[in-house]
Parts: sequence; C-alpha cells; structure tokens
Amino acid sequence: MRVIYYILQKEFKQIFRNRIMLPIIFVIPFVQTIVFVYAATLELKNADISIMDYDKSSLSKRLISDFEASPFFEVSKIVPNNNAVSDLLLKDKAKAVILIPQGFEKDVLSLDGAAIQININAIDGQSAGLINVYIQQIVNSLAIKYLSSDINVQINTIPANAEIRSRFWYNPGLNFKYYILPGILVILVTMMGTFLTALNLVREKEMGTIEQINVTPIKKWQFITGKLLPFWIIGIIVMGFGLLIGRLLYNMPFEGSISLFFLATAIYLILAIGLGLLVSDYANTQQQVMFLLFFFFLVFVLMSGIFTSEESMPDWAQAVNRINPIYYFMKIIRAILLKGAELKNILTEMISMTVYSILVMVFAVWKYRKTH
Amino acid sequence: MNCIELNNINKSFGTIKALADINLNIKKSEFFGLIGPDGAGKTTLIRIITTLLIPDNGKVFINGISAFKNFKQMRKIIGYMPGKFSLYQDLSVEENLQFFATVFGTTIHENYHLIEDIYVRLEPFKNRRAGALSGGMKQKLALCCALIHKPEFLILDEPTTGVDAVSRQEFWEMLNRLKKEGITIVVSTPYMNEANQCDRVALIQKGKILQTDTPENIVASYSKKLYSLKSDKLYESYKLLEKFDKLSAVHLFGQELHLSTNNNQDTTKIVREFLDKHKIEVKISEIKPIIEDCFMDLMLNDE
Repeated sequence: MRVIYYILQKEFKQIFRNRIMLPIIFVIPFVQTIVFVYAATLELKNADISIMDYDKSSLSKRLISDFEASPFFEVSKIVPNNNAVSDLLLKDKAKAVILIPQGFEKDVLSLDGAAIQININAIDGQSAGLINVYIQQIVNSLAIKYLSSDINVQINTIPANAEIRSRFWYNPGLNFKYYILPGILVILVTMMGTFLTALNLVREKEMGTIEQINVTPIKKWQFITGKLLPFWIIGIIVMGFGLLIGRLLYNMPFEGSISLFFLATAIYLILAIGLGLLVSDYANTQQQVMFLLFFFFLVFVLMSGIFTSEESMPDWAQAVNRINPIYYFMKIIRAILLKGAELKNILTEMISMTVYSILVMVFAVWKYRKTH
Repeated sequence: MNCIELNNINKSFGTIKALADINLNIKKSEFFGLIGPDGAGKTTLIRIITTLLIPDNGKVFINGISAFKNFKQMRKIIGYMPGKFSLYQDLSVEENLQFFATVFGTTIHENYHLIEDIYVRLEPFKNRRAGALSGGMKQKLALCCALIHKPEFLILDEPTTGVDAVSRQEFWEMLNRLKKEGITIVVSTPYMNEANQCDRVALIQKGKILQTDTPENIVASYSKKLYSLKSDKLYESYKLLEKFDKLSAVHLFGQELHLSTNNNQDTTKIVREFLDKHKIEVKISEIKPIIEDCFMDLMLNDE
C-alpha cells in the first residue's frame, strides 16, 4: 500500500505541475456549458426572412407587420422581383423568401382561398421545418383573426380544427438547456476519464520513464492503480463541479437521488478509464492517443443520443450502439436528473454499464504487460 | 566467480538478427565494458541482462539464479541507467531521488554514503526540475537514482554518449569509485578509447562478440604491423592505398591513416615508392595499436 501511496503522490504532483492538464480540468466545464447552452442551441431565433409584397394591400401590410412582431424572424422588405428569390437564398441573405402575390387581399375576401409562396433554404432541414411551421402559424392566425373579427365573416365558415392540448413531461417548457446539460456532463466525464488517463500513461512511454519504472520492484497492479486512481478521483470531482455549474448558472433540474447519480458516475468512470488504459496499450505517443481517441469519441458522442434521439436511428445502428459506452451513461444521467429515475427504473442500463466496465477494465489490465 | 552468466543468447526483431549466440561471463566486482558501434546490439544485450527483454533462446544467470524466472528478485539487486534520460522531468532532483528510494523500500539517508560524492554536486540544484538540468547533471541524477537501493550490479547503457569530455572523465572516475565499493559494473559505449577504463571488455559488432578480454590483452594480441601515415593529400592517398594489394588494411583515423600489414617487408619504403608515382609526399612511422585498430582488424577477419 505504501508504494501505491507514493505513486499517487507523484501522480498528483505531476498533474498539478502540468500547465495544460490542470486548466483543462477546470476550464472545460465552464466553456462547454456556456458554448452548448448559449451558442450551439437548436432553438430558432431571429431568422432572416425577406418578403416581396406584390399586393401592397392593407392585409398584406398587416401580414408583414405580424412577421416583424414575431421573435423568430428578422424581416427585410424587398422590392418585388421574381429573379431575386434564388439570389437571396444563394447568398444566404435570407433563410426564407415570402412572395405575397397580387390580389392576395381580394382572394382572401372572396373566401375562395388565397395563396402565398414560401421559399425556404433547407440545407439545415431542422430549422427549415421550424421556419415553415412558424410562418404558417403567423399566416393562419392572421387569416382567422381577419376573417372572423375584422370583416365579420361567420366563424363557422372556417373549418374547425380539433384542438390538441399537449403536455410535455419532464421538461414542460421544452427548455433546450435541460436537454443538453446532462449530455455535457457525460461528455465532460468521458473526456476526463479516457483522454487524461491515456495521455498520462502514454507519456511514461514517450518520455522513457516506463523503462526506469520497469526495473523497480513496483508490481504491475500497484503501478496501474497508482496511475488510474487519480483520474477516477478527478472525474468524480469534475462531475460534481459540472453539476454545480448546471445548478447555479442554469438552474438545471435535479429530480433523482444524488447518491445514485454519483454511483453511476463512479461505475462509468471505471469504464472510461479502462478505455483510456486500453488505448494506451496500443498507442506509443500522445499524438497517436489523440488521433485514436478522437475518432472513437466523435462516433460515440454522435451516436450517444446527445443531440438526436437514439430511438430514431435505424435498427442496425441501434444494435451497434450497444457497444457505445456513452449511450448507457447518457441515458442513465438524463433519467436521474430529469425524470428522477430510481435504481429500479434504470436497472437494465446500470447492469449493462457495470458489466461493460468490468469487462473493459479486466481486458485492458490483462493487455497491459509490465515486462514485454 | 562468475556472477553474470549469459549462455547462447539469441534475439531477433522480425527478420533482423540483433544478437547471435552471445556467451558472456562477468566476474564479481568487475568493471566490464561492452564496446561496439551504433547498432551493434549493445542496448539489446543490456536490456536482456536487466531482464527488460526476453531473449528468443539462451539463459541468463545472475548470482547463479535464472534471471527471468526470478526477475522480481533481480529488480532489487540490479541498478539500471538507460541510455535515454528516463527520470521524471517534471519532478525536482530531490523528488526523483525520493521517489525511486521509496519504491525500492529504502530512504535517501540509508544509502547516502554510496551517492554522496555524486549528490553533493547536485545538491545546489535539488529543487530544480530534472528537465531543466544540464546534460551532465541529468546523468549524475540518473546515476544517483540507479544507485539509491544499493544494487550489487550497476548496468549502464551508453552513459557517456552526448556528454562533454570533462564530464565524461569525471563520470568514469565516479564509476571507478563505485567499483571500489564492490559493485559489479557493466557499461556499454561506442567510444573505443573508453575501453581502457574497464577491467575487461567485449567487442561487439553486428550482434556478435568478436573478442572478450582485458584491454591490454586485446592490444597485445594484435598480430600485424601497424603504421601511421600523414600527408597533405590524405584522402587521395587513402583512395590509392585502398587498392594497393601489399597492405592488408587501410583506415582513416582522424588526421592520419593507419596501415596494417602481415608481411615482414619494409612497408615504409614500399608505400613511399608507391605514392611517389602519384607525386604524393608522406610521413610514415610504425606505431603501437590501440583498441580501435584491434576492433577494425577483428571486424575484417569476421567478414
């Protein structure tokens, strides 16, 4: 045990002297939460749209002012010119171009149905869909308002729609922050565990210090324990730190039990650190570690369900995803934080993750040989 | 008594034969040198002796015990200083020493007498990070760390490579003092002139041992006559003499040529006449061989 204590002492000294590692540990939680929550948001705000008004009637002007009043759009009025449509979209001056044809008001009044043309840049399909929905909402509500109150058309001439009242569970305000914050915590812990562990282990190879360690009586398990334990501890601290930022800065919900949350973190860190150890068995330089991990990390994160629903992936991808360590933890953490899940609700994921952790760690340790 | 014994060691890396049938006996308290050019197999051999590398076949006995079966025991009695600086650059001098002392289950204090001579020179820098030390200081620290557990065997891989001439001399003096403490020392070096610092040396080339003996005996066993040649047109003479069949070998030695011959003829005269034809004036004198001449000769015989 004394030997492990000295290795730990040495490791922490080195970590705290490392000019890059320490800032990374404490700056990343801030930067990631700020970037993802405020900048990389999926909510639609201030989309540029252009409106070409051929009608120039009072109704078309009201429609334009309704668009201007919407928080979703930034409207610019363009002199009507059919050829300009593709130009506006191509040069990215507008996300959507709306053409109000001549006779729009007249058509509405005749109750035969009026048409306006909407052209949307759909390179980003998700926001194109949102823009379409918002535009239609504005147009429809104006049409109903106009016909029913302003010109006293009998309301029963407008087809009545079945009213759907939705209630959104676990995130009633459809707050993007609450969806993404638990995901960021998961990424954070993965980076701490896997990247730092692998870099730290390979550094011994790269600097040649492993050669000197190998001629000492340090046993394999002592060395590995001394090398891995610091990152397990750091991972848990960083998780607590990230959680604190989420609570204080973004008022992130915390419905579940804190002990279950940290139990899951502790188990997942074994998996993350085991992967780091495994990578360091194959890589010889820190550069190789970065390339190798970056490849896996990107795939795992994208498939983990952080931005997109895991269930909407094709069957084969869902099957492949069973080897994705981040997938399990992402599910568990979201369930605990947002749904207030108890152990019995997430038992399958917890057991899978625990078994996975043990398998990876055992294999990585077995692969790591002190003498070649 | 042989305390390091190597029997028929072979080691290949892929298709490259790094060591072929190495047999070596090193005696207790001996100062033993492994001498050979880069790529001769010195480091491979040293890593096998320190049990860091397992040979394809052959056996290593240390103190009569099979080294690989009992490698844990070996760790305690071997002190190893790798060719590349392998201490923690981000730990200070003192922290490095402390760390290696504790992992060997000892303290700096316990074996201080062994490193005192070396450590006093490091002491002013004891709080400096190892990475910020000069080459000579790094080497002294590495030696201290290799000695801190009072090993019976000190094994050093090219300790003097890349070190200035003064530090190099100092280093050999330190090793000689350690030898007086009864430590068996095995050292590898590519510098032939350093052979004279050792009690016995093994000359290694292309994974084979050419000869093992004391430096004096190796020089004495040189059977040919050796001449030194100096000239203004050294390289031209070298090119001409290479094709001159009355000599057995010609080697460039810095600012002179070394010519060797088996014949009892008057070599001075023959060479001078030969080069006269090419209008080259030379100074020739018979000289005594040094280790490097012996090495060149053995190398030629081997080929």
